[in-house]
Amino acid sequence: MHEQEKEILLSVRGLKKYFSLGHKKVLKAVDDVSIDIYKGETLGLVGESGCGKTTFGRTLMRLYEPTDGQILFRDTDIAHLNRKQLAPFRKDMHMIFQDPYSSLDPKMTVSEIIMEGMESDPTLPKKDRAARSLELLEIVGLNSDHANRFPHEFSGSQRQRIGIARSLAANPKFIVCDEPISALDVSIQAQVVNLLKELQERMGLTYLFIAHDLSMVQYISDRVGVMYLGRLVELATSDELYHRPLHPYTQALMAAIPIPDPDVETAKSRIPLEGEIPSPVNIPKGCAFCTRCPYATDQCRQERPSLQEVEPGHFAACHLIHQ
Amino acid sequence: MEQLLEVKNLVTTFKTKHGTVKAVNDVSFSLVPGEICAIVGESGSGKSVTSMSILRLIAQNGTIAGGEILFEGEDLLKKTEKQMRAIRGKDISMIFQDPMSCLNPVFTIGYQLEEVLKLHNKSMKKAERRARIVEMLRLVGMSNAEERLKQYPHELSGGMRQRIMIAMSLLLNPKLLIADEPTTALDVTIQAQIMDLITDLSKRLNTAVILITHDLGVVAGAAQKVIVMYAGEIVESAPVRELYYHPKHPYTLGLLKALPRLDMEQYSLQPMPGSTPDLLLEHEECPFFERCEQAMECCRKKPPFFQIAENHIARCWRYHPDFLAYQNQTEQEENSHA
Repeated sequence: MHEQEKEILLSVRGLKKYFSLGHKKVLKAVDDVSIDIYKGETLGLVGESGCGKTTFGRTLMRLYEPTDGQILFRDTDIAHLNRKQLAPFRKDMHMIFQDPYSSLDPKMTVSEIIMEGMESDPTLPKKDRAARSLELLEIVGLNSDHANRFPHEFSGSQRQRIGIARSLAANPKFIVCDEPISALDVSIQAQVVNLLKELQERMGLTYLFIAHDLSMVQYISDRVGVMYLGRLVELATSDELYHRPLHPYTQALMAAIPIPDPDVETAKSRIPLEGEIPSPVNIPKGCAFCTRCPYATDQCRQERPSLQEVEPGHFAACHLIHQ
Repeated sequence: MEQLLEVKNLVTTFKTKHGTVKAVNDVSFSLVPGEICAIVGESGSGKSVTSMSILRLIAQNGTIAGGEILFEGEDLLKKTEKQMRAIRGKDISMIFQDPMSCLNPVFTIGYQLEEVLKLHNKSMKKAERRARIVEMLRLVGMSNAEERLKQYPHELSGGMRQRIMIAMSLLLNPKLLIADEPTTALDVTIQAQIMDLITDLSKRLNTAVILITHDLGVVAGAAQKVIVMYAGEIVESAPVRELYYHPKHPYTLGLLKALPRLDMEQYSLQPMPGSTPDLLLEHEECPFFERCEQAMECCRKKPPFFQIAENHIARCWRYHPDFLAYQNQTEQEENSHA
C-alpha cells in the first residue's frame, strides 16, 4: 500500500478501559492506546495473556464502555454514543470470536445464526434474508444443505466458518477477529486464515486481527502492533517488525517464538526474559517493561515512555531508542 | 544401547455410547535412556492416550486391548495395580498441560512436594526431605525456595506452577518423564523458559522424555526423535533433522506446509483440505486417504511401514520398494475386475 492511498477508517485516540476490582483496586486493561487503522488493511495485535489485546478489540466494538478516549469512525466519535446513536454504526463493525463452540447458539439453526447477524442492517428486507444466508454459506465454503442443521453437527473449522458468515451478514466494513484460529488444529488453521484473506480481497474488508500466535499474525497482517500490560509498545509493518524489532520486549518475544526448523532453533541465541509479567493491577512505575528489561535505566523506572515514530511508519515506546 | 522403554503394537480402545473407538491403533516405538522423543499430532490423534496407556491411567471406559509396554524389560501391562503405583511417580512421572488443575488448591506447595517423597521413600527423614525439595526448587529456577514452600498454588503464576510440577515430577529421579503439552497453557516467553528447563534437566539427570505436543516449533528445538501420529496410528517416525528436512508421509509434508514461518518472507500457506476421520468407523483404507492429495487406488488398503533411511519409517505406499511395480499391478487387477 502506498502512502498517499492510505485512508483512515478508524482512528483511536488515548483509549482507556479500566475495570474496578473493589477495595480501590483498578485494573488498567487498556491504558492510553492511540492507533490509526487504514481502510483495507489487516492490523495485527499481539501480546501475551493479560496484555489487554482482547479488551482493546471489545472496547472498539463498544462491547465494553471505554473509560476515556476517542474512537473516530466515519468522522464521528463513537466512544460515548448511546445505544440508539450507535445503531447506524453497528452494521459496519462486526466480530469473529475465538471459541467456535461457545459463540454459536446450540438451539439455533445455521441460517438462523447467520440471519441474526443481519439484524444490525435495517436496510435489508426480511424476505431476502434467508436467500442471503445461503449465499453467505457458499462464500465461506459451506453449502446450502448446511443451512437447517445445528452447530453441534459441525467440526471446529466449519463452526468458525459459520461464525465468519455471521460476521459478514450485514456487509460490514470492519471486522475484529479475536483469536479466530486459536481453538483450531494446526492443519485446519491455514484453511481459515486463507479464507479470511480471500474474503478481504473480495469485499474490501478491514481487519483487526488479535492473536497470541505471532507467526500467524505476521503472515496475515500488513502492520502489527505489540501490546504489553495495556500499552502499545511497538507498531510497524509486519516485515519491519520481524527484521528490525526495536523495543526490547518485541525482541525477546521474537526470539522466544519457536521456528519449525531444527537447525534454526539450535543456532538461535535466545534472549531469555527474566521473570514473569507483573500483575496488571500493579503496573510498575515508569515503563511497564522495566522490571524485565535487561537494559532498564533509572529513567525507565521513573518516566513512562510515549509511543514515538522512530522511522516512517515504525513506532516504539522506549526511552533508549529515543535517545 | 539398552532400550529403556519399548512399546509394541499397543491398541487402546474406548467404549462410547456410539460404539467403540480405537484411540490408539497398533503403535510401536522405543526409547533409550536420556533420549527426548516427541509425539506430535492433532487433537484426537491418540498422542495423549498413548502416554496415558504407558502409565495405565486411562479412563474407566477404556481398555488396553493389545500389545506390550516393556519398561526396562518388564511388561507394565502385566503388573498389578499395587506394583504400578510404585512405578508411577518414581520410575515414570508425568507433567500435564494445565498446572493449576494438577495441584491441590488447599495444600501448600511444600506439603504437596513432600507427599511425593513420603509415599515413595519411607526411610527419609523430615530434614532430608526438606533439603531435597529445596534443592529441586533451585534446580527448576525458583528464587527463595524456602519461602515458596509455604505458598499455595493460587499465589503462583502459570509458569511458576509449571516449574513446581516439573520439580515434583523429578524429585525421585525418574528414568522417564512424560510431558503432555507442558507449555500449551503458557505464554510464549514463559514457554521458552520451560522448554529450556526440560531439555537442560534431561541432559543433566539423564532422564528420557516423551514430549507430547501439537507444536512443531517446540519440537524442532527440543527433541532428538519425532513420531507423527494421525487418527490413532503412527504415520511417520524419524530423527528430528531427517523429519524436518526430508519428510516423507503426505500428512507430515502437509503439516509442515500449513505452518506459518516467522523467518520467511513472501510465501503462501497451503492448507490441508478436510478434517480428521471419524474413529468410530473401522477404516480399511489408509487413515489419511480422504485428505491426501496423492492418494492412489492402492491406498484403499492400509499400508505397512516402509524403511526410508536408518531409524526413518513412514506408513505410505509411495515408499514401497517396488512402488511402481506395485502400482501397475493394482491397476491391472482393477482393470481385470472391470
